[in-house]
Amino acid sequence: MASTACFVIVSKNGIPIYEAEVGSTPKKEDLAYQHQFILHAALDVVQDLAWTTNTIFMLLHDSRNEDGIKSFFQEVHELYIKIFLNPLYLPGSRITSSHFDTKVRALARKHL
Amino acid sequence: MIGVGKAKQYANVLDKPLSRGRQEVSLSAFAFLFSEMVQYNQTQVDNIAELERRLEDAGYAVGARVLELLCHREKGNKREIRLLHILGFIHSTVWKVLFGKGADSLEKGTEHEDEYMISEKELLVNRFISIPKDMGAFNCGAFVAGIVRGVLENAGFPAVVTAHFVPIEGQQRPRTTILIKFAEEVLQREARLG
Repeated sequence: MASTACFVIVSKNGIPIYEAEVGSTPKKEDLAYQHQFILHAALDVVQDLAWTTNTIFMLLHDSRNEDGIKSFFQEVHELYIKIFLNPLYLPGSRITSSHFDTKVRALARKHL
Repeated sequence: MIGVGKAKQYANVLDKPLSRGRQEVSLSAFAFLFSEMVQYNQTQVDNIAELERRLEDAGYAVGARVLELLCHREKGNKREIRLLHILGFIHSTVWKVLFGKGADSLEKGTEHEDEYMISEKELLVNRFISIPKDMGAFNCGAFVAGIVRGVLENAGFPAVVTAHFVPIEGQQRPRTTILIKFAEEVLQREARLG
């Protein structure tokens, strides 16, 4: 089951805080850039619709697995809150924790 | 308390569950920490306005985090988008989580459309603090004002929030009021939403 996916967390100012390739196909260089470009373009559309939130999760996917995506987002949201609760974390800065990265990829493999 | 039930040790904070856990924190520990924070900031600044601003900034960081956490725990990730609802949310839920009880009252200002007030007979952070005469109108409730501002701004309602003492006849200590003044765009949005 080949599926490509690219997951991005974007902060209020439009700056990406976190990005990860979570697909199960072998990734090629230009494909990764293309994914990010698509996500940035989609950002404008999303921002018009969602004005109350201050962070946006975005996932580029080509599968039809709606429930899986929803549960994936919920679990990543929990992880994000735990990072956010850190008093030394400046909201809007990049998430550099490797542990967070590992967990997100594990969740992606589980749900997507 | 030791040996009552061995809590599972988590290797990393990301593995710990977000659920309630133990609700209470020692009041004296908090009072001590807060007094140290005020004293530390006092050494760093030259005037009262700067001191209030620093306390407010500290509160702002707390407010942002409290909003995310409470929305997740209590509301199942649904966030309020109407003004009255978010004020009600602050006045009951946030206050209960932070101070153990709801705020005393929530009022709408009479002079201006965009002003609201949350009042408390004795603000928890002010309970063990006395203000010397030469500090004038300084109020450590600026910390709580910062918390409220953090919650409002991160929920999408930019506002200016300040803390004031309101003397009441018949009582020795004045009542504390948190004054919330919303930005123009918030009122316009409310009017549009009907």
